[in-house]
Parts: sequence; structure tokens; C-alpha cells
Amino acid sequence: MIKVISPGLLTTLQDGGRYGYQQFGVPVCGAMDRYSLNLANLLAGNEPDEGALEITFMGPTLEFKTGCAFALCGGRFEARLDGQPVEMARAYSAAPGSVLEIGAVREGFRGYLAVSGGFAIEPVLGSRSTYLKGGFGGVAGRKLQTGDELPLRNPVSWLPFMDQRVYEPDTWRYPLEDRPIRVVLGPQQERFSEAGIETFLSNAYTVTQESDRMGYRLDGKAIEYAEGCDGNIISDGIVMGAVQVPSGKPIIMMADRQTTGGYSKIATVITADLPLLAQKQAGGKLCFEAVSPQEAARIRRKQQGFLRRLEF
Amino acid sequence: MKYDIRYCGDCAVTVVFPQEISPAVNAAVCGFAARFSQMGLPGISELVPTYSAVTIHFDPILLDMGRLEAAIHEAANAQDAAADAEGETVVVPVVYGGEYGPDLENVCAHNQLTPEEVIAIHSGREYLIYMLGFTPGFPYMGGMDERIATPRLKTPRTAIPAGSVGIAGAQTGVYPIQSPGGWQLIGRTPYKLFDMERAEPFLLKAGQKVVFKPITEEEYKAIERGENA
Repeated sequence: MIKVISPGLLTTLQDGGRYGYQQFGVPVCGAMDRYSLNLANLLAGNEPDEGALEITFMGPTLEFKTGCAFALCGGRFEARLDGQPVEMARAYSAAPGSVLEIGAVREGFRGYLAVSGGFAIEPVLGSRSTYLKGGFGGVAGRKLQTGDELPLRNPVSWLPFMDQRVYEPDTWRYPLEDRPIRVVLGPQQERFSEAGIETFLSNAYTVTQESDRMGYRLDGKAIEYAEGCDGNIISDGIVMGAVQVPSGKPIIMMADRQTTGGYSKIATVITADLPLLAQKQAGGKLCFEAVSPQEAARIRRKQQGFLRRLEF
Repeated sequence: MKYDIRYCGDCAVTVVFPQEISPAVNAAVCGFAARFSQMGLPGISELVPTYSAVTIHFDPILLDMGRLEAAIHEAANAQDAAADAEGETVVVPVVYGGEYGPDLENVCAHNQLTPEEVIAIHSGREYLIYMLGFTPGFPYMGGMDERIATPRLKTPRTAIPAGSVGIAGAQTGVYPIQSPGGWQLIGRTPYKLFDMERAEPFLLKAGQKVVFKPITEEEYKAIERGENA
């Protein structure tokens, strides 16, 4: 069991997401940065999409009542295990009674703490992800609180090749790279003028304070609609990374998004670049670059192939 | 019916039918979704039918985009308007008025009707479920009689009990879970539209039709007891 001594700003249990229920209006949720979730789980000897703690901006302090191996990936956090510095993207073994203090983020925004064997939390509708607005999944459908006791499913304190369970900076820092976010135009690009699409692709947009797990509201140059069009459409399905433009300014839909929406979508962020988005703080700048769906699929294949080779 | 394939990034496509809210288009949407699912393609994680489109979530590593598009054309071209229109009807019992429907009087006053007339109009026709969304299990329904249309409350309630049946403008709907909202509440059903403990967590799905059946408070309590037993 892990005891929560202090919960951090927004710490929730998240896995690969709750799929299969969007047709009934249930949001997918899941890790904002699934790449880092996958890395942390692989280091901890788990399946890549196992449920882990998603840590936001300021981390929790946790006491391991049971000995357990763990790993921390994603944004770069200050962390100490019984006072000794903890490196990012390396597996550690926590002895019973040891305390892991995760402090402030130094780079990026979200971290993932995976524990070996996973958490003994019953899945809801097939997933352990927390759906904050709906109040179900994860730990009682909410963020962690002081005093929470998190049961462990199959805690293992020593894993094979323990000292080799570490990733190179090039690998774990991928979501922290500063480069254009690749998008596929559409599904409603015809509702924007050519000049509007050009505006979107050639200007920097700023992540505003009104950004959370549901979506990122961006500020920047207003995007022009095609003649006779506005931001409204008949509601249709929304995927993670969909760039809605309700009234000139983009909103990127993220993990806790509603399943359907009635705003024109100029583009969709490719899945391989969603982790970069997940690591942006308010004030962060975003530039967009268009690729074809086929190119986006090729990039996804490459990233997933890379992840498979990282298994121990 | 005409349709178009639009990519939503690399892991989804939306098949767009004529952009209008109509029973005919929605029947084509639901018929397409049913035929496409039956094809059982690998790498498809889920389908999300909406008013006039279907979003298909897939993994391009498991399913080639060319093969996906071919399957979409096959399912879309096998359209059968007669078969598509066959959505089943679900009867939803409702206690109207009183503490169960505190805004029934508002709807009466706004439309100069008696409570009996509002109840007769509201329960006197079938409503098509175009899609689910907004909150888990919330049905977007069409076909309400304009004679009972009523604007939303000026000040939304902070908590509306699950099962509440309401009117907002010319729309009617049911709240599956307790949530805030500004709909005029005219009644409540003892049925649970969303119950994660149930083998089938959702009572309703897109393409079905709903009929509201007026019941008494005693009947409401009996159904509630039955469900809890």
C-alpha cells in the first residue's frame, strides 16, 4: 500500500484510456502524455498502458508501506527518495517505510509515477482512468487527497536487470522537445478560408490559463472562416487533439474532452505529437505544421515500433 | 445517400452524411454504423454515431487506410433505407409534476396549457434518439411538439437529480446522472439511464425511439424498489 502524505496539485490515476463507450457519451480520459506513461510502466516492469499516477506541476509526497519498484517519467520533476535524489526515467526500489517526495516541475508540466505490479483499483467500464467531471474511475473518481491509501496489486521490489532499467535523455525527453506540432488538416477545413488556414499554420499560438485536461484554449491571431461559414456545425465526434475554432481562436481538445461537439475543427494533432502538447504549461508557445494522414500514420508506426524495442 | 470520408488525424475518420438533423439522415448514419461494425475489421476500437456523421476510431498500424476506406465505401453503398429506419422503441415511465417535475407549472404558464394537456402532449409521441453525448448516457432527442416548447430557466440549478425529464427550448431530454443544468423539469423516471454496475450500463442508444409513459408516484416507488432489490 502507498499512503498519500500530501497529494500535490492535481494527482490522478490514469491508464491508456477508457475506450468503447464514446458512443454513449463517456469521455476517454487516460494519460495526457501516453508516451511517458508507457515509458514509466516499461521501466517498472508493467504493460505499457497500466494505470499510473499522473502528476501535475507540483508532485505528491508518498510513503511506501509496502516495498515496491517504481519509475518516474514525463516532465522533469525534482524528486527524492528518503532524501536521496531520484533521476527521471530510471527504475528504483523503494523499501517498506520509505518516503518519495516529488516536488515542483522544472521542465514540462506532467509526470507519470508507475509502480511495479500496478494499483489494485477496480477498473470502471474497462479502465482505471479517473474521470474527474463524471466522478468515477481511478481513486473514487477524484484527485488524490491527503491520507488516501492506494492498494498495490502485485508489488515487486526487485526487477530483473534493475541497474539497466534506465532510458537515455533522447528517449524520455521526446515530449519536452520544442518543435512544431504536426497536424492533419480537417475534418472541417473547408469551413475556413485559405487565408485562415495559412494564419493557423504560420503563426505562434499561446496556451492560456484556461487550459486543463479537457482542453487547451489558445490565444493568437484570429482564424478566418470561409465565406458564409462560422464556427458552428451539427455536433459530431471529437478525437483527442482536435483543434476546434468556435470563434476565431483555437481550442485543442484533450483527454477529458466531451465525446461530441458542435464547433468547426480546422485540424487534428497527430497522435505521436500529443505528448508534446500534454507537457505545455500556460504561456507555452505552439506552432503547427500540416502533414498528410498517411505521413501521420507512418510517424505513429515508427513511434510504436520504437516503444516496443524499449521493453526489457 | 451522399457521404464523404474525412480524416481526424491518424487514428480516426469521420464519415459525413448530408449535414442536416433529420430522421432520414440519422437512420442512414445508424444503418451505416451497424453494417460497418458487422464487417469486423481488425484495428477498429469504436464507432461514434452522431446526428449526421459516424466517427470511426482505428489504429493505422493494425488497419491500412486503403482497406479502411474500401470497407467504408462497401458499408455506405449497401444502404437500405427501409431497414435503416427500424429503430426499436423504449418505453420510459415518468411521474409528471409535483416534487418530481417542479417546473411543470412554468411550462403550463408559458404555453397557456393545463398540466394534463402538457403531459398528454409530451407523452403522446415518439422521440428519436439522434445520439448520446454531453454526459454519460444523455440522449439528444428530436421531435418534441412546439406547443410545449419553453425557454431554459434564467438561473440554472446546481444539482438536478438523475432521471429528471426536462424541456429546453424545443428539445426534451433526460438527465442520466445528477448534474447542474437549466432545463425546465417536468417529471422524473425511476429508470437508470446509466448504471455502471449493470451488465449493460446504458439504457439507450442512438437510433432508438423513446416513448414517455405517465405513471403515479406509487408506481415510481415500486419500480425503484424493484431495481434496488
